[in-house]
Amino acid sequence: MKDFGKYFIFLGNLFVNRESFRTYYRLTVEECVLIGINSIMLFALVSTFMGAVTTVQTAFNLVAPYIPKYVISQVVREMAVLELAPTIMAIIYAGKVGSSMAGNLGTMRITEQVDALEVMGINSISYLVLPKVLASLLMYPLLVILSIVCALAGGYIVAFFASYITPTDYVYGLRYAFNPFTITFALTKSVVFAFIVSTISSFKGYYTEGGALEVGQSSTQAVTTSVIAILIADYLLAQLMLAA
Amino acid sequence: MIELQNISKSFGDRKILDNISGVFQKGKPNLIIGASGTGKSVLLKCIVEIVEPDEGCVLYDHRNFTEGDRNLKIEIRREIGMLFQGGALFDSKNVEENVKFPLDMLAKMPRDEKYDRVNLCLNRVGLQNANKKMPSELSGGMKKRVGIARAIVNNPKYLFCDEPNSGLDPQTSIRIDELIRDITYDYGTTTVVVTHDMNSVMGIGENIMFLYKGLKLWEGNKDEIIRSGVKELDDFVFANKVMMAMRDK
Repeated sequence: MKDFGKYFIFLGNLFVNRESFRTYYRLTVEECVLIGINSIMLFALVSTFMGAVTTVQTAFNLVAPYIPKYVISQVVREMAVLELAPTIMAIIYAGKVGSSMAGNLGTMRITEQVDALEVMGINSISYLVLPKVLASLLMYPLLVILSIVCALAGGYIVAFFASYITPTDYVYGLRYAFNPFTITFALTKSVVFAFIVSTISSFKGYYTEGGALEVGQSSTQAVTTSVIAILIADYLLAQLMLAA
Repeated sequence: MIELQNISKSFGDRKILDNISGVFQKGKPNLIIGASGTGKSVLLKCIVEIVEPDEGCVLYDHRNFTEGDRNLKIEIRREIGMLFQGGALFDSKNVEENVKFPLDMLAKMPRDEKYDRVNLCLNRVGLQNANKKMPSELSGGMKKRVGIARAIVNNPKYLFCDEPNSGLDPQTSIRIDELIRDITYDYGTTTVVVTHDMNSVMGIGENIMFLYKGLKLWEGNKDEIIRSGVKELDDFVFANKVMMAMRDK
């Protein structure tokens, strides 16, 4: 409970005694490159294979002859949009970006770089963490969109080269009974998960105490706590936005 | 001038600082000395409020820093320059960017003027050609000198140095001490140096505060320290043979 309270005080400190807009703009762009651009390859690769594998596995399970083939791509679409792209990729995002944020801030803390900022009268939480949070909120939804596209493309590649479903049926299934609200839901989840990963990871890194061993522990804790929070938030959002 | 009034600090049940009072004078190197674990660095952190004291207050030229509001704290912090034990240079920035950082954040001056000031400070610490080097490419002594350049770039009224000689060879240590002393005299800063290096004490110790187990046991200057008559201080000062020989002489 003490950590919970400390986390909310930490969030409050993001918005007090801020620096100039120009400073945050520059830092946020730098973070966008680190968080977003450097994650594109990983996201594209993982999503493409997830889409391909989901197509094969769905086709393997749909053996009844009266189920039309395009249902396979419909299932792939729903899985990619609703769960694989926003949630599973958020777990990968926590592993890649979250651990890096915690490690970076933890190292700055134990080498007194955070103290150096404080001594200069700079709000170190706002200066160091706010750009990470903003960049995360900007980049993760874009990565989720990329992930959805790649997952669906992965399925199409399977449809093109294997015999489970024809490319025409695959595209028909993607468009069949499409509910645009699922995209709204996916993007809402992506914003929430981006906030969770960036703030929890920064919190864990910022309050690192000790040495190199503790920096490693902070990174691990950042990932573990972020994943748990993502899963809880995932259920709550589904209940709030999808339950009839 | 910096005035400490009854500073106490505990971590859990362990009392680290017990009712420390004293005055650090303007334009002089003021030293806080003592063996490892006596609370020197904690006292320094309490003075700049990286660590909040449990009791007591710190006055910067009669302005109460500890009990002041946020604006006063920011105002005083912007008059402070600090050299950290490991340099605390920002890993992602090169030497020039590190030194320029306080100017970018705190000063309003034209870009060219900032670079002139950075080069002036790097010249002052003898690092004319290191502008583009990254902290990972610097030796321990160079890191400290860049740390000093960053600490003085904003013309601070108060300069704090935490163990400026730790991990350095004797020659580099002497150079760092001389640099701190010269900066103090030239710019008239109120300088506070935490050290356990007796060479520093004998070299630049104009006003020395001795801490022992969280208590202030003695205060004086480098000429008085060898005749203090305080057993704990004598044990600290005459722990090495050179100092013993000096006493016997």
